[in-house]
Amino acid sequence: MRQLLRNTTLMFFLGAALVFILVQVLINKGVINAYWQTILFWGAAMTMVSLGLNLIYGFNGQFSLGQYGFYALGAYTSADITWRWVRGDPSALVVVIGGTILALLFMWGVANFLKRFYGVSVLTEFVFHSLATVIGFAIALKVLRPYLGPTIYSLIQSLPEPVSRQIVFFLALLGGAAVAGIVSFLFGIPVLTLGSDYFGIATLGFTIIVKVLADNSDTILPFPEMKGARGMVGIPKWTTWPWVFITLMFVILFMRNLLHSSVGRAIVSVREDERAASLMGIDVARTKILAFVIGSVFAGIAGGIRAHDLAFVHPTMFGFLPSFNPLIIVVFGGLGSMTGTIVTSFFWVFLLEGVLRLVLPTGFENWRYVVYPLVLLLLMLLRPQGLFGRYEIPFLRQTYPPVRKPAEVRG
Amino acid sequence: MTEQRPVILEIEGLTHYFDSLKAVSNFSITLREGELVGLIGPNGAGKTTVFNLITGVYRPTAGSIRFRGIELVGLPSHEIIRLGIARTFQNIRLFANLTVLDNIRIAHHYLVNYGLFDSFFRTPKFEKEEKEITELAQELLEIFGLADRQNDIAGSLPYGMQRKLEIARALATNPQLLLLDEPAAGMNPKEIDQLMELIHFIRDRFNLTILLVEHRMRLIMNICEWITVMDFGEVIARGKPEEVRNNPKVIEAYLGRLAIR
Repeated sequence: MRQLLRNTTLMFFLGAALVFILVQVLINKGVINAYWQTILFWGAAMTMVSLGLNLIYGFNGQFSLGQYGFYALGAYTSADITWRWVRGDPSALVVVIGGTILALLFMWGVANFLKRFYGVSVLTEFVFHSLATVIGFAIALKVLRPYLGPTIYSLIQSLPEPVSRQIVFFLALLGGAAVAGIVSFLFGIPVLTLGSDYFGIATLGFTIIVKVLADNSDTILPFPEMKGARGMVGIPKWTTWPWVFITLMFVILFMRNLLHSSVGRAIVSVREDERAASLMGIDVARTKILAFVIGSVFAGIAGGIRAHDLAFVHPTMFGFLPSFNPLIIVVFGGLGSMTGTIVTSFFWVFLLEGVLRLVLPTGFENWRYVVYPLVLLLLMLLRPQGLFGRYEIPFLRQTYPPVRKPAEVRG
Repeated sequence: MTEQRPVILEIEGLTHYFDSLKAVSNFSITLREGELVGLIGPNGAGKTTVFNLITGVYRPTAGSIRFRGIELVGLPSHEIIRLGIARTFQNIRLFANLTVLDNIRIAHHYLVNYGLFDSFFRTPKFEKEEKEITELAQELLEIFGLADRQNDIAGSLPYGMQRKLEIARALATNPQLLLLDEPAAGMNPKEIDQLMELIHFIRDRFNLTILLVEHRMRLIMNICEWITVMDFGEVIARGKPEEVRNNPKVIEAYLGRLAIR
């Protein structure tokens, strides 16, 4: 029994299963009403966004303000896929998924081609990979959409409705994550060569560009259904607790297992000392891009979850001020602590959007922007390493092999 | 006898400018396998710059660096390291917040073949390779007498152990050529004696060729077979320790012109 209790993996999964069942029961009984359900799902989405940022900033040491840009990309992409789908138009699904597959194939080819040359400049790399992406998506748009679109639509529609809905929602989440990942890869190639502060400013620029594009999505971009600054309405409300739970668990497990592997050690070594890492044989540029892409993919998934819970996406959700939320959460919870980020994200959303709105008198929610800078100031003064420092719960903590006894060596 | 050994590193006409400041000028050196060569010179002579040029930290303005016939100029650092060159730093650059074991395991990264898929699903391939890397790292730590500190944070080790760990970490990349940048900095005479033993020991144990930058004459004169002396970015003398010791140019560089008379 004691042995079982010590098995942190088992305890973690048991605990997670308990939470899952408990929340599902409470939702079914109506104890968690629609409002608190939104808060809960929002907390989960915020956790995924912030874990992604913690991977980029806390573990890899790249100060990024672009996380909300990728969150927005994921939200808009997946929302567009399902919006069109429920109106009988499979084009967004086919273009995004087909385009992603083609673009990845071409990029793989480009990467192998560029490997033959030494000292390829980052701009060359950027141009080649961008071309591969554009060609991939262009083929998806011009060839796959007209020829494959109707077939795929009737194929998925022939399934019973609940099944086809889950499949389309899964593909929409995947599409949102893929677009966020591809864009972060292309953006990361040239920009990650900048030093940390300059990288932060460039990523801030990225968030602003995404917001401006979202504001003008019906005029500059050819997406009338996104309705620009008026906000995109009519997105199917498909996010359910199992989806939230599965995506959140995937993000946590993926990140945990990544960090406890050799790639994870390489990522952390880049934070510790970039030059020493490259002189230990670690490809610093590649490691940075990898962490950046994975972090952005997390944000993309979160965007899809959030958009299909609210059933509404608006550019101001991804504006300048909210884009600091994940950064504040990560610093608050402790840079380099997954536990801290998870707890703080839920706490953050519950406190600011839940408790402050409901418990305190109406009008007090406007004080949010007074309360949280104050809390932040106090935290920086009293506990600069964040609430959790580098603490992790046992399952997320790295286990160290026992010291070998000298006798074993000779044996 | 050493003349018959194959050449491992050959540098010719190496020149490097920092803006208009000439840091290294027409530097050349040839290392043969198994040699222990010293590179000395007063402060600011360009010794560390030479190391940075060899390991790809800077790209030289002119000249060529060949390692076993492969041109290194233009290659990124991590590829140069993977060809079999490793180095330590003048001021220790450990991954200070990580454990001793992880410092070594990071340098073992080149051994890893598993991908993201394997690490997510914890496949047998992942478990096997992680176990191998950990055991290799532990063996290396045992050689350096750091085995019982493996789970300590590297930055918390005493200075001498940090130096040792840095050398161990460099060796973890499986080099044929080891570049040591002032390994005796901040050491007392007793520690220097231990360091000399250690350098001899690792050279034989790992079949290394070693290029050593140093200030301490005692260390250099005792262990190096060949010495190259630099001043103002140029080579001013080379030869066996006793030849270099009596070379007037070297004495001038170190002690000033008046000392020769």
